[in-house]
Amino acid sequence: MKSQNRTALSRRTFVRGLALGGAAASLGFAPASIWAQRNSLREPTSTLSGTNFELTIDETTVNFTGASRKAITVNHSLPAPTLRWKQGDTVTLRVSNMTSEDTSIHWHGILLPANMDGVPGLSFHGISPGDSYLYRFTVKQAGTYWYHSHSAFQEQRGLYGALVIDPAERPPFQYDREHVVLLSDWTDEDPGRVLAKLKKQSDYYNFNQRTLGTLFSDIRNKGFGTTLSDRLMWGGMRMRPTDLADVSGYTYTYLMNGTGPNGNWTGIFNKGERVLLRFINGSSMTYFDVRIPGMKMTVVAADGQYVHPVTVDEFRIAVAETFDVIVEPSGQDAYTIFAQSMDRTGYAAGSLATRAGLKADIPKLDSRQLLTMADMGHGGNGTDPHASHNVPPAAVDPHDGHNIPSAAPQDSHAGHNVSSSSMQSHPFSEKGNPLVDSQAMAPTARLDDPGVGLRHNGRKVLTYKDLKSFFEDPDGREPERTFELHLTGHMEKFAWSFDGTKFSNADPLVLEYGERVRIVLVNDTMMTHPIHLHGMWSDIEDDSGAFHLRKHTVDMPPGTKRAYRVRADALGRWAYHCHLLLHMEAGMMREVRVIE
Amino acid sequence: MLRARLRLFLLMLLAVCATDALAQEVAIPSPVPPQEQQGKIQATQQPVTPIPPLTEEDRAAAFPGLGGHPAHDKKVFSFVLFDQLEWRTGGETETVNWDMTGWIGGDVHRLWFRTEGETDEKRLHEGEAQLLYGRAFSRWWDFVAGVRQDIRPDPARSWAAIGIQGLAPHFFEVRATAYVGASWRTQARFEAEYEMLITNRLILQPRVEFNLSGKSDPERSIGSGLTSAEEGLRLRYEFRREFAPYVGISWNQKFGGTADFARAEGEATRATRFTVGIRAWF
Repeated sequence: MKSQNRTALSRRTFVRGLALGGAAASLGFAPASIWAQRNSLREPTSTLSGTNFELTIDETTVNFTGASRKAITVNHSLPAPTLRWKQGDTVTLRVSNMTSEDTSIHWHGILLPANMDGVPGLSFHGISPGDSYLYRFTVKQAGTYWYHSHSAFQEQRGLYGALVIDPAERPPFQYDREHVVLLSDWTDEDPGRVLAKLKKQSDYYNFNQRTLGTLFSDIRNKGFGTTLSDRLMWGGMRMRPTDLADVSGYTYTYLMNGTGPNGNWTGIFNKGERVLLRFINGSSMTYFDVRIPGMKMTVVAADGQYVHPVTVDEFRIAVAETFDVIVEPSGQDAYTIFAQSMDRTGYAAGSLATRAGLKADIPKLDSRQLLTMADMGHGGNGTDPHASHNVPPAAVDPHDGHNIPSAAPQDSHAGHNVSSSSMQSHPFSEKGNPLVDSQAMAPTARLDDPGVGLRHNGRKVLTYKDLKSFFEDPDGREPERTFELHLTGHMEKFAWSFDGTKFSNADPLVLEYGERVRIVLVNDTMMTHPIHLHGMWSDIEDDSGAFHLRKHTVDMPPGTKRAYRVRADALGRWAYHCHLLLHMEAGMMREVRVIE
Repeated sequence: MLRARLRLFLLMLLAVCATDALAQEVAIPSPVPPQEQQGKIQATQQPVTPIPPLTEEDRAAAFPGLGGHPAHDKKVFSFVLFDQLEWRTGGETETVNWDMTGWIGGDVHRLWFRTEGETDEKRLHEGEAQLLYGRAFSRWWDFVAGVRQDIRPDPARSWAAIGIQGLAPHFFEVRATAYVGASWRTQARFEAEYEMLITNRLILQPRVEFNLSGKSDPERSIGSGLTSAEEGLRLRYEFRREFAPYVGISWNQKFGGTADFARAEGEATRATRFTVGIRAWF
């Protein structure tokens, strides 16, 4: 089932894992080799497997753009080494901090005791300079995950790596060979400066705004009236339909397994093989649209959990999501894995080839699309990009329409009817709140919407509707309580929050151990947010309110309202946040506390 | 004609702003606060996968003594913008003018400062600075209050300042400030500017400013009512967002009693000047 290549790799790294594991007791060992190589990047990223791991966080000099910068790395590797665990094993990881700042490692999507989750202030104290922390827990699940720092901006500075957990039982699909494809974004700028710039000028990185030129071309192509009403709509809201990403290719270099597009990372295959690609989006701020021209991809797992296989041409991967896809290369010796950023300002790319050095053409970036009124949760058919132009301006005035009293109070069962397009109610804390610049009026789940820029592009694009968990609802209970939370923000201020309240001002969401709750998210903003709950699964419901898809990160495009079930089976304090790093840092975060 | 249009436009803008500032976005409170939506149905259902019973080990692992995740969402940021730093020529004078604004603070509470003035190689003609506390009170509008100190023209004057500023529909930046000084002198100033993107880096910025005075201040050659207007068009190129040289044109006009004072002193009541400058921020 598995290739010789991988077996060989496993054997070699297994030996290394042992050696380092053995050295865990004596701190004297590791530094000898690490000091010698201090500050130089080890390439390519290695795979460490076994049950004992020694991870050293340090600063390493990297150069992705022609300029040298200091990255924060694990074992001088960017991405950090791929860790290979086995379901059912108890793993021990000693993480040492050789940097001059506090650090941490969070195992994204992994079910574990709260004090192993790696969030400073909630799980543990963080790892001080010169200190180390011993993570030890039993691996309950299998699949593709990742790990990253949960301290300050270290994730943007390079501290992330792939996590692959081999299942205890055979997976429901077969493959001959596998590759991790870890996508990320790199900036030479200090990420703190990036945030500061956005606070001063929120469209700093957007050089694709509408101009006088696009005004004239729109008038020519769509007519004066349509163009005018469109401009009045957006201008009236003080929003830009070009706001697809806060941080763009202006500063980012997009990486595939730590390699820029010119470096041509290459995954080898032999003809006739079925290849499993483990896609991970380890970006701080970038959504990618991924395809392999000339090849279909069969998605077999999402966020590490098996799904009914679905064959697509392209998928959008939200920040922090993972997708396992199987491809069967035939007819070509080389294929391009093309991952364009959602705002079309750049791409990560690499190759699948029968040998190193081969490469196929890299496609052109798709044309940029604009957000529509449906994207803004102002109703209309989300899958029809032209629908927006039919919405009369009055319907989109942000001050209009909210006066209509909401429907009768919802009981906990009616509350999950997210497919309804009735007028959306909003929490009191959003009222008159200077941190809330928009509110969705008629948000819907839109599970079948490929998303802005991917609609009607002639390719079969993956949607959440296509992704169906391979298993029945593992809990089976109806949620007893429903929490509705709104994703809120103010674009011009670059302020982000839940319900208009930033993390530092918000009370924890308290759940009782063992209960099952429903969380309904309403995206009131015009950005898309990947929402991640630590420690527990997020089981997305379909339009009828039934269990649909198990995830650890739920993508919330603008103007959507999506519901998921959470089984509170993990005692402790857990982080719950938007996984766009700068949104989290700006306040789009909550603590979820599971108590007895 | 262009000026007349700019002026008409300003008046319309002010009307729009006034209605916008008053309009409140309406939040329909959720019918029942989330915590009370429980309607706790006694769980007759049992989970398919049993909930593991808790052990002392679980409890110990769950709540280590910790102070909570360090939040970074209250960080203080700052912004300093030289909106105009320019050389002006036309008529008899050549001057250097500046108009600078900035803030330090968070998303809602900020300390603002503004300064503007004009100098030639010999002396400072006009110069003032303001220090204001600003609070965002609605989606797009800040309330500001503080002090203004005029250094020139002589004699120097001090003022208490109160106003609003914000982003009007269609991305017009607007400031309206009223000033009260000694002897119950009053002034008011309306400013508005817009950024028209010709390309994503070549940007045309029309700007208008109107000054009013409650009563005549002969010591400073200011009449009552509408005293002066300044309108400008500046075309800049953003090599970086932070750094943009520009060329432009600026019209100044004095009205009413202020114009009379100017005429009596042999000064022009209106001037059209060309300008070259740099817009920069950090």
